[in-house]
Amino acid sequence: MVETATSTLRKTALNPVHRALGGKMVDFGGWDMPVEYPAPGGLIQEHLAVRQRVGVFDVSHMGDLRIRGPQALAATQHLSMNDAARLALGQAHYSALLYPQGTFVDDVIVHKLADDDYLLVINAGTREKDYGWVRDNVKGFDCKAEDVGNDFTQIAIQGPRAAEVLGKLTDANLAAVKNYWFTHGTVCGLKQTLIARTGYTGEDGFEIYIPADEKTSARVWQEVLEAGKQFQILPCGLGARNTLRLESKMALYGHEISDSITVWEACLDRFCKLEKPEFIGKAALERQKAEGVLRTLVGLEMVERGIARDGYKLRDGHGREIGYVTSGSYAPYLKKNIALGYLPPAMAEVGRTVLVEIRGQGVAAKVVPTPFYKRAKK
Amino acid sequence: MAYPKEFKYTKEHEWIKVEGTTGTVGITHHAQEALGDIVFVELPKPGAEVAAGKSFGTVESVKAVSELYAPASGTVTAVNEELNTAPEKINQDAHAAWMIKITLKDAGELGGLLSADEYEQFVAEEH
Repeated sequence: MVETATSTLRKTALNPVHRALGGKMVDFGGWDMPVEYPAPGGLIQEHLAVRQRVGVFDVSHMGDLRIRGPQALAATQHLSMNDAARLALGQAHYSALLYPQGTFVDDVIVHKLADDDYLLVINAGTREKDYGWVRDNVKGFDCKAEDVGNDFTQIAIQGPRAAEVLGKLTDANLAAVKNYWFTHGTVCGLKQTLIARTGYTGEDGFEIYIPADEKTSARVWQEVLEAGKQFQILPCGLGARNTLRLESKMALYGHEISDSITVWEACLDRFCKLEKPEFIGKAALERQKAEGVLRTLVGLEMVERGIARDGYKLRDGHGREIGYVTSGSYAPYLKKNIALGYLPPAMAEVGRTVLVEIRGQGVAAKVVPTPFYKRAKK
Repeated sequence: MAYPKEFKYTKEHEWIKVEGTTGTVGITHHAQEALGDIVFVELPKPGAEVAAGKSFGTVESVKAVSELYAPASGTVTAVNEELNTAPEKINQDAHAAWMIKITLKDAGELGGLLSADEYEQFVAEEH
């Protein structure tokens, strides 16, 4: 294993706080981030806290692009596969930026701040690539694309008790903010703070965007922990973030989606609006829709002892290679070993047994419905 | 953490307790702490041969897979099956959660292992 000197890694404003909490730090896409906090919980406890109570994450490493100007909507429509014209003020949706081949530049949450103002929240590992892509592709439109990622500390409060925790810290009427909607309010004394009912855990929760200076960031983080004490809130790292999103079948760039995987293969059809007159990737997607896909994303559950992990090959009963695992892990809430992977459509039916190649041995798994976990509707 | 004086240790963070020609093997407290919550262990069957310095199985946390390296060569005589269903016992008490027992092939190999004091120092230096 090659260690990257921490001096060359990027750090969020909360980095000193993570270290003070004893966070196990790792290099995540060039960022020095906590994978878990051994005390008080560890990854499994953090995961369970989010499913049963509430947890708090530093997600400031994620990027933020702002598209502003008279043709901001047109530019967003050109770049994004979902239909931004359907967004109301204060509404957000899941979408993706695509290459002309219909494959992924990145997945993104698009927020409509105003008729001429759209905020795109993007992945940490693709920040620079995405900004370059957006900047180049809005050139023909009367608007400006700005990279505002360094302006914000982004804190995610997730779990059934998240609204109660954040409710203690804000004057905003959180009950009026539906899932995937946002508002602005005073949070911990900070006026006009963006509060979005979004997240990457499959639970109810909020993401707040506060000024990125270390002192303010640490203060807000501490106030969140204080407000969550009665619910035994836990600080949560990237390890739990991954197991939570996996149980909820949420895609991770570089795994379920990438520059060589198309929207149909990744089964993200419902976020792709082909009825839009134009967007980058539309023509290729229309062609693939007519031709059909050669592989499709499925959920897997281990049947025999073993854990399927990212990149492991999938084989049929004759030992022929038929696909691969995109993400796999022990699932702390479900207490099973689960995975997502690509298989040919003819072999993707629920109940099909496939073999996962684990250290040279074929270990049986079966195709299961997804998402593996879905929170109870209130 | 006081490392048991009667154990010998490897730089890969395994321990071995030698009684006569029997060696009992596990991983250290430091190893389980570094791994985090252990969710899976893969161990050899009784009768299998293990070789000093070579992998004899794996231990997996939620995040990662780690090889287990044999402190000494020998034949596996017993396997702690409990760890198949309760791998978290390793996190709870790594020095009690033995993995395999072996009949030692060559007691001379033990000379190359670390004492408790040497292992403690090795762990302190790693940080």
